[in-house]
Amino acid sequence: MTAYVEHLTPFLRKTPFHPRIEALMHGSHWMRWTGHYSPAAFESVQSEYFTIRNGASVYDVSPLIKYRIRGRQAADYVNHLITRDLSKIKPMHAFYTAWCQDDGMLVEEGTIFRFGENDFLLNSAKDQLHWLEQVAYGFEVEIQEASNELCGLSLQGPQSRDVLRAFGINGIDHLPRFGILELELQGRWLRIDRAGFTGDLGYEIWVKPDDALWLWDRLFEVGRDHKIAPIGAQALETARIEAGFILIDVDYSGALHALRPSNRMSPYELGIGWTVNLNKEGYFVGKRALKREKEQGLSRYVLTGIEIEGRKPAPGSFLYADRKGRRELGLTTSACWSPTLKKNIAFARVPSAYAKPGTEMWIEIWYHKEHKIERSMVRCRAANRMFYDPPRKSA
Amino acid sequence: MTDAIIIGAGHNGLVTAAYLAKAGLKVKVLEGAPQVGGAAVTREFVPGYQVSSVAHLLHAMHPTIARDLNLARYGLDLKAERVSTRSLLPGGRSIDVGDAASIAALSRADAEAYPVVMSRLARMADALASYALHTPPRPDIAKMDWEGKLNLGKFAWAMRRLGRKDMLELTRILTMNVNDLAGDYFESEAVRGLLCFEGVLGLALGPRSPSTVFNLLYRLSSLGANGQGGLLLPKGGMGAVTHALAKAAQIAGATIRTSAAVDHILIENDAAAGVVLSTGEEVRAPRVVSNADPQRTALQFIGPRNLDTMFVSRIRHMRMNGCTAKIHLALDGLPEALTDRRGRIVVAPRPDDIERAYDCAKYGRVSDRPALELVIPTLSDPSLAPAGKHVASIVAQYCPYRIRETSVNEARRQIGERSLAVLEEVAPGIKQRVTAMEVLTPHDLEAQFGMSGGQWHHGEITLDQVLFLRPAGQAQDYRMPVPGVYLCGAGAHPGGNISGAPGYNAAREILKDVRARRVA
Ligand SMILES: Cc1cc2nc3c(=O)[nH]c(=O)nc-3n(C[C@H](O)[C@H](O)[C@H](O)COP(=O)(O)OP(=O)(O)OC[C@H]3O[C@@H](n4cnc5c(N)ncnc54)[C@H](O)[C@@H]3O)c2cc1C
Repeated sequence: MTAYVEHLTPFLRKTPFHPRIEALMHGSHWMRWTGHYSPAAFESVQSEYFTIRNGASVYDVSPLIKYRIRGRQAADYVNHLITRDLSKIKPMHAFYTAWCQDDGMLVEEGTIFRFGENDFLLNSAKDQLHWLEQVAYGFEVEIQEASNELCGLSLQGPQSRDVLRAFGINGIDHLPRFGILELELQGRWLRIDRAGFTGDLGYEIWVKPDDALWLWDRLFEVGRDHKIAPIGAQALETARIEAGFILIDVDYSGALHALRPSNRMSPYELGIGWTVNLNKEGYFVGKRALKREKEQGLSRYVLTGIEIEGRKPAPGSFLYADRKGRRELGLTTSACWSPTLKKNIAFARVPSAYAKPGTEMWIEIWYHKEHKIERSMVRCRAANRMFYDPPRKSA
Repeated sequence: MTDAIIIGAGHNGLVTAAYLAKAGLKVKVLEGAPQVGGAAVTREFVPGYQVSSVAHLLHAMHPTIARDLNLARYGLDLKAERVSTRSLLPGGRSIDVGDAASIAALSRADAEAYPVVMSRLARMADALASYALHTPPRPDIAKMDWEGKLNLGKFAWAMRRLGRKDMLELTRILTMNVNDLAGDYFESEAVRGLLCFEGVLGLALGPRSPSTVFNLLYRLSSLGANGQGGLLLPKGGMGAVTHALAKAAQIAGATIRTSAAVDHILIENDAAAGVVLSTGEEVRAPRVVSNADPQRTALQFIGPRNLDTMFVSRIRHMRMNGCTAKIHLALDGLPEALTDRRGRIVVAPRPDDIERAYDCAKYGRVSDRPALELVIPTLSDPSLAPAGKHVASIVAQYCPYRIRETSVNEARRQIGERSLAVLEEVAPGIKQRVTAMEVLTPHDLEAQFGMSGGQWHHGEITLDQVLFLRPAGQAQDYRMPVPGVYLCGAGAHPGGNISGAPGYNAAREILKDVRARRVA
């Protein structure tokens, strides 16, 4: 290669599943995820989406950043770090939680796995070692990045359990939502947790990097009869909006990475106030500020779900109190047409008074139509952000 | 029931105790040491010889506080004679800042400039000091109460009153290093050296480090109308100050318990509930006021588990690298050079001497040739030593708390020996007169007086650690993040020295909360 394009030499890292993913990739639909190649889509986003909702979808979640948290006071530490009450989480369970800065602004939200009393793994989307270590002052705890020690596949969809059953996972029928299972299969170590980003029945399967291709091949072999197929981030995007899950850098900026202090948001403002337990034993980072926010009603807005008339997706659209658009309320952060619900849905940042389900607002949508950009002002209503919540998710 | 516990009977804790007790609160002072006073104490360091163990010159005591608390009635003589500063130079020469002729002998220009420059700097320092007895303004002015706004307005007025020229000069020099400032104003090394010494006293910085002019102004601010108008050697040593304060507090109704070291603050339902002593004993009160430094207060008394992370980091990173050792000599007589030196003596002949002394400290070593400040209190108060004998009290810089490849014992030996060697050069014969010596390194000051890092001010006085950044942003109003916990020591605004100002301000804020029934 000539010298002047040397800087263009691809530098992204490949996950242990890369050979299999690459073999199925059409037209180089890659995106970047924590410095790795990650599939945005394979062939058809639509069929990948329907795999999530009807079959068994496979998504490579290896790029997630992982931190191992251990030590004599690891439990105390985690409880100080997060907003949820750790005492309610038993070993061998995963849980979703928020963690905040001093002033109650969200650093990130994500999943923490608890394996033992003082043994945790935290998954995050952004590098946080510095923050985690700052919080660790005064605790006997050891925090280590373990991102490359494990790799994993997220297996999601109504048929995911059948796949695992066919795979020979004993006990998969009894694994409760957020439960964790560790086992050996064909002489290989596996960890399975029942969680995911689709709001559906689903699991994550973790293995040592050396066993990655074995896992992939076996899964696809036994999954053939269960509509197994790989998916990319684009299909997942629709599923996670239907499920009401917020996404960093889309619905909010992590407090450590926000460009301006005012860009940061609190868990209450993000509509995940349920993860904040102000009554738990002991102090946690941001508690005083969150208590004040809650008691004094200081939230600036809340990220609610909205259902929009018509079928035009409304990303980045402004909401108004009136049809004329004189009183601006806020804007949407994520939006899509939900193929399963047949609804036009979005997340919108609005004053809390407008977040009550059913509250009517107006939304201004700009869209492409035959080489023109057109505008329409349509009605929308606040709704529970968890638009899609099938019983099988937790059954 | 006790209304407020004060942890520490340092002078600031006593000031707070006195004001709170005067306002009718039931106050209990718990001091870890066997005696009151904190770093303002007189101790016997060898049988028969007494000395001010840490602070030895009184200049910053705020006149308002001295008057309010009637310290004169309780035995503190603030009318005593002010002492001057003399800088000893090689070859038996010296300059005395109060004696123009002595400066003129080195530089006629400096002799003329000295009083003019110093009174100009003092004017600027006084304008800054108009904030000494106020709570620092909040950065978000919108949230300030009327009193805060009024104080800010007064401050702006004090600045304006400086006039255009001085205000411009103040903005020019505020962040500067003291060596450059000395070079702007004076030509002789001797005068420059002395100014540089004043600028670095109590800091882990050298004359060429930024922000040292600010430290100089801070020091000058305590020598004018907001202080004692000069340097005093209190009769009976510095302990006399805190004895008077303790009496004032007790007569107002406060109780003081010594040898009662606090282990931590008791926190219930995220509010102060009392303290637990190192013996395990619990003492309860809805308000706990800490006279200890911010690190001990936040990291030990409150504990990181009760605090937010960025606040903890801020406090942890406060610059607390004490660099000043205290050396006490028992002398069976005085060498000729010191026989009639009642005042303050400085041995820092040239800026470069101090800078080189600092170079050592920068890399974790004791200065090869320390810069010294010395007083012989027995010349004005012979009762401190047996008849005919003397005591020398020396502040020696630099002896860093953060030492590298040197043990504390080694550092103690080095700063003692090296300081004596420097002294011997300007006061020949002194070594032979020494019959006993006590050396307190920053580690010793930490162990014996509870000051983290042995830091003079409970946290260096530099621009990033003063006003609304002291001890940390959002904690400038004497309230610690846990409701009912307050900070009243030198680590709070305005800072260290025996001034009483932090204690005074803390008391005002506590009483505001009491009146508003914000806690219990
Ligand atoms: C070497 C040196 C020389 C100095 N020289 C001068 C000088 O000449 N003039 C001057 O004005 N200033 C001088 N200073 C500065 C001055 O001594 C301090 O700034 C001042 O004493 C601070 O007063 P304070 O009351 O805030 O704190 P302190 O005097 O430090 O008092 C704090 C008190 O809290 C107590 N305490 C701490 N922990 C506990 C606990 N766990 N339980 C119970 N009690 C506790 C301590 O025992 C102490 O009594 C000097 C400082 C140093 C280090």
